[in-house]
Amino acid sequence: MAPPSNRRPGYNRKAQYGLFASYVVAMVGAIIALLLLIISISDPTGFAALRSGAAEVIRPISSSMRALVVGVGNVDEAVSAYISAGSQNTALRRQVEANRTRLIEADAIKQENIRLRRLLRLAEADTGVVAAGHLISSTTSSTARMALLDIGTRDGVMPGMPVRAAEGLVGRILRAGPNSSDVLLLIDEGNVVPVRRTSDNIPGISSGRGDGTLQIRALNTERNPFKPGDIVTTSGIGGVYRANIPVAIVARLEGDRAVAIPLANPSRVELVVVQTQFRPAEAARANAPPGSEAANSAAP
Amino acid sequence: MSSRYNNRIARPRSVLHIRGVPIVSVMLGSMIPAVIPMIAQQPLLPPFGLLILIAWRQLRPEIWQLWIGLPLGLFDDLMSGQPIGSSMFIWTVLLLVLDFESQRQFWRDYWHGWIIAGLAITFALVGGWLAVHLSGGGGAVVQILPQIAYSIGLFPLIVRTCAALDRWRLP
Repeated sequence: MAPPSNRRPGYNRKAQYGLFASYVVAMVGAIIALLLLIISISDPTGFAALRSGAAEVIRPISSSMRALVVGVGNVDEAVSAYISAGSQNTALRRQVEANRTRLIEADAIKQENIRLRRLLRLAEADTGVVAAGHLISSTTSSTARMALLDIGTRDGVMPGMPVRAAEGLVGRILRAGPNSSDVLLLIDEGNVVPVRRTSDNIPGISSGRGDGTLQIRALNTERNPFKPGDIVTTSGIGGVYRANIPVAIVARLEGDRAVAIPLANPSRVELVVVQTQFRPAEAARANAPPGSEAANSAAP
Repeated sequence: MSSRYNNRIARPRSVLHIRGVPIVSVMLGSMIPAVIPMIAQQPLLPPFGLLILIAWRQLRPEIWQLWIGLPLGLFDDLMSGQPIGSSMFIWTVLLLVLDFESQRQFWRDYWHGWIIAGLAITFALVGGWLAVHLSGGGGAVVQILPQIAYSIGLFPLIVRTCAALDRWRLP
């Protein structure tokens, strides 16, 4: 099949000029687009107004579709729960009994902890919760791992604030619009979080791998101290994230780094909470994480 | 008997309808991955806006000026969460290259169209990954390989959809 020959204007002068002009416009436009791209690569938080305008359009559509999909999305879980109901029941009962003793012990430790804290005059009751919202959609076709949150600056959300769920850390706010905001998820390669191992406080750095897992590097040891099953939480270093937010569980080792699975699966979490930055002044000073421009702009 | 045909010829169609259907279909395609209420852990859906753009370009090369990639690409960037300018640049370059290609290769068939579209999709997805990668995110390039594969596999279906839209679009 031969294509229509619209690009052959013949002797028509006007058509010739029109064709020439369209090439010029396309090429100049491509150069302008390249410049825009360079600007937005060097500053990922840029063009916030444009992006949040688009997010305002996306928000009502996806949040009304969300109700529908949450029900459908859990069907596979319900089916597999039925299939293994019997054996699961005995296993769970045994687990409940084991947990009961641990809970009592933990209660005692908690009481003791409160008493000791009071003794030391350490009071950190402030959880810094700004607002709670839902993750409604995400960049499903792009390699950037961002999600859209259905609350924005009207609820006090500012760029750079950490976002967490009950299960653990989810990410931090990248851009905030009036009614919606972009969350840079924990699993994005650009999201660097200072962490520590819960058992012995070995500090490390967690960053996303872009495929739903995290990689964790130890800060000050030559050999890889992590082993599968280790749980890491935020360390409070850097001033953005509060200490002791659960982050991930180590799954396997790869050379000098550990591959970990986030404890809060962003596609599963129901409700997320936006917190204020832990120590804004410290966060503004820290220049280690690549996304610290966002942290700077949010420091009050 | 005639009722089967009488509403398919010389139907009343406004200019807005004729011109607007391809543009709106690309914009809707760009919106699909953004509005789906699903938190993806890796690139999951094919870039529908790009697929529909290439499909229209192959079905009807004459409906658009060469610079159409700029406004449509900007809209796609705003929806997809890619760095602003990446789809603008990639789509415009793609349309220019497809234009030169169609001048060199005059005769074409089904397989030719699919291979060209496959190369275009691969170029656009790798380019999009590179843009995100340079801005400090993205992960390994391996993870977009499945996305490239099923985008290419889905392309003939998208062309069929666009052809159906084209029949509805024209008088």
